[in-house]
Amino acid sequence: MITYPGSQDDRDALWALGALDAEPVPVWHDESELPDLDAVVLPGGFSYGDYLRCGAIARFSRATAAVRRFATAGGLVLGICNGFQILCEAGLLPGALLRNESLRFVCRDVRLTVGRDDLPFTARYASGQQIVLPVKHGDGRYLPPPNLDPAQVALRYVDNPNGSVDEIAGVCNEAGTVMGLMPHPEHAVDPLLGSDDGALLLASLVDAARERVLAAT
Amino acid sequence: MRATVLVRPKAGILDPQGEAVGSALGHLGFDVQDARIGKVIDLELEAADAATAKAEVERMCERLLANPLIESYEVEIVG
Repeated sequence: MITYPGSQDDRDALWALGALDAEPVPVWHDESELPDLDAVVLPGGFSYGDYLRCGAIARFSRATAAVRRFATAGGLVLGICNGFQILCEAGLLPGALLRNESLRFVCRDVRLTVGRDDLPFTARYASGQQIVLPVKHGDGRYLPPPNLDPAQVALRYVDNPNGSVDEIAGVCNEAGTVMGLMPHPEHAVDPLLGSDDGALLLASLVDAARERVLAAT
Repeated sequence: MRATVLVRPKAGILDPQGEAVGSALGHLGFDVQDARIGKVIDLELEAADAATAKAEVERMCERLLANPLIESYEVEIVG
């Protein structure tokens, strides 16, 4: 879990991953080397105050350079909200996230359709399944590059909250090892929170990381 | 040397902020067909001459100041 100055959902994500029997490790943004990790999560928040563009400054932090090396070597990387914006700015995911079409910050539960269930992040879902996760962002309007392969769309909004092109809520890289999404799975890990659908996404990642470790031993 | 960078949303990119401002200007009675909102970045830098400064600032635009997918930029060397 990388924490940038201005990250705010790192603690929820650390807690959620811990509750799923993962061993989450916080990493401060100026660390130039990652500890021995099996997956990386970039949390939500407002890294570096969202100055210039969301994620534009975080892209150049030391930890992000280490995440880039980790991702390029095939490591599993999940970016949530601001983490998604950082991955797009860093070029690890295609596209860009722009100001919501409504110009309003949206903070509510949204329904989503799972596009793929064969990713390390979605294996516990079924393709076509509808899930509920909260969103809370001002800059979540996803603009894909002209050549985006539709197979890279992992999640779509049922009721588009921000004007994203083609209702896209989450995308992955071509290899399916890096994924970003605007909704917050870490805020939906217990029915008390309104939904526990997010736990399945994080649990999928934990499963995939664990399988990789077992396969390597 | 001083440089001014103009960053604009690319043509075809929806700019809801520009639309809101354009519509507000319309409410004020101004006859505005279109409004687009970008940003201005003023820089001071050391460079041997204006051409070198411009090339340097263009590299800054490519790497950080603009996102080429959604924004275009113009560099002006003020002197």
